[in-house]
Amino acid sequence: MATVLENLKYSKSHEWVEVLDNGNVRIGITDFAQHELGDLVFVNLPEEGDEIAVGEAFADVESVKAVSDVMSPVSGVVCAINEDLLDAPESINADAFGAWFVEVENVSEEEELLDAAAYEAFCEEE
Amino acid sequence: MQLIFEKSCEGRSCSMMPSCDVPVCEIPASLKRESAPKLPQMAEVDISRHYTELMKRTHGVNDGFYPLGSCTMKYNPKINDEMANLAGFAGLHPLQPVHTVQGALEALSVLESYLDEITGMDAMTFQPAAGAHGEFTGLLMIKAYHKANGDLKRNKIIVPDTAHGTNPASCTMAGFKVISIPSNEDGCVDLDKLRSVVGEDTAGLMLTNPNTVGIFDKNILEITKIIHEAGGLNYYDGANLNAVMGIVRPGDMGFDVIHLNLHKTFSTPHGGGGPGAGVVGCKNILAPFLPLYHTVKSGEGYEMEAPAQSIGSVRSFYGNYGIAIRALCYVMTLGKEGIPEASSNAVLNANYMRVNLQDEFDIAFNNICMHEFVISLTRTKKDKGVTALDFAKALLDYGVHPPTMYFPLIVDEALMVEPTETESKDTLDEVVRIFKEILKNANENPEALHEAPHTTPVSRLDEVKAAREPVLRYEY
Repeated sequence: MATVLENLKYSKSHEWVEVLDNGNVRIGITDFAQHELGDLVFVNLPEEGDEIAVGEAFADVESVKAVSDVMSPVSGVVCAINEDLLDAPESINADAFGAWFVEVENVSEEEELLDAAAYEAFCEEE
Repeated sequence: MQLIFEKSCEGRSCSMMPSCDVPVCEIPASLKRESAPKLPQMAEVDISRHYTELMKRTHGVNDGFYPLGSCTMKYNPKINDEMANLAGFAGLHPLQPVHTVQGALEALSVLESYLDEITGMDAMTFQPAAGAHGEFTGLLMIKAYHKANGDLKRNKIIVPDTAHGTNPASCTMAGFKVISIPSNEDGCVDLDKLRSVVGEDTAGLMLTNPNTVGIFDKNILEITKIIHEAGGLNYYDGANLNAVMGIVRPGDMGFDVIHLNLHKTFSTPHGGGGPGAGVVGCKNILAPFLPLYHTVKSGEGYEMEAPAQSIGSVRSFYGNYGIAIRALCYVMTLGKEGIPEASSNAVLNANYMRVNLQDEFDIAFNNICMHEFVISLTRTKKDKGVTALDFAKALLDYGVHPPTMYFPLIVDEALMVEPTETESKDTLDEVVRIFKEILKNANENPEALHEAPHTTPVSRLDEVKAAREPVLRYEY
């Protein structure tokens, strides 16, 4: 069974959002998502300084099955990317909540996110 | 099985030269390579056996059922190869003077006129080597068109989520931004959503119709109109033309530029890895932007002409010419009556299989389909842990090539089945029986399915390792 962390917020497209102390947010994909995708073999990340917007793809992940877009749950500017993922996409499978994709600053908009309990219930239905 | 390099034996070769009876003239050391190329050293008989052994391990249309969705793996009639191998075609040099290749140019020109008639286009290029190459070419033409009109802000192409996976990639390659729009509950384009995304920055739309769930979008005229009214152009991905050839024409649906996969729809499927031919057709408004060169009739003969505002060459010479000749032979063999009949039979075969499977399997958007349909194994995965991958691997034990898997992305645990018109009712009945037997096995003994195939030379390959650590070179 996929795990869910209490301190994070979740989108219905299976991204997690962590609000940092300085107001920036980190985004990754959930354990449920990595489980559904299977072993990941490639990750494409945006560049620092890129603007990302709610509901638009900002990264993609490739498994042996298919390439899938990763949708942004917030609007803002990418201020850091997790370059370690580029060489080790398998770390997303191993620890989905540790394997953050991007850190976003100047967050101007946020889609309606679910808390852990609501997301868990949402995954049950999927 | 050993690699050809491992079979190499020092000193062996295909020919035995007599000892030299003339003075030896040494090549200057400065012109010599430092070491001989490391090619396998083998006798002809061993080379022949090596490739025959490899051939026995492949699966093509000549071996059995090959329902690879959206790839149209139809049978390639022998007469196609016979015609393409005529010395007058096969022995040509691409730099021969034009007056010595008039017949070859006429063949291209006649094929162009037939394909224009089938698709409702005005002009065509044979340069692109495959479907995605055709997409790229067509998109560059759209770009050149807007640029020629001074319309520089049009940088977005709208691509529905039932499009072929290559469509967004081709847009990106051509320098466009992709706007993906979701389909509605019928698996078709959501018109309201489409209206909400078009505007002054719309360069065009890319659409496959019928789409990858095997559904013909009935709103197609409205869709292409919305794009035209916004100032964009419509691109038709011809990958699924086999469902409608000679019945409806992309040109009449409102498309301005198309590509056809001659190597799918017009026989010669790409099971061996090529070569392909992703010819691009267009309406007159785009004809000035076609790649170099375009065959045109001139007086009694034919010439190669550079279109006025050509985007330039996209490949050397005239594309994969032999595939064009096979397509010409195919069209002429079937004729005006046979072309639509082939499509009708392709659609009939898909529906026959779909209806015979629908009681046991979940069919996505289960309704009258076109040339292909999509099975979802979500239920089997949930209940028994047997995935679409397991099911596909199990088919190998029955000598059936698996359908396209995990595509389209909008259907979970998808198997996209396209039987084509090639297959007889007997074959379809047998495959339906096999599908049901595998599903029964999945429910009764799911563990065995995880380990399939059991009878092939190799069983489960480590696809993850192959993708993460590809070894593409033989190390001596």
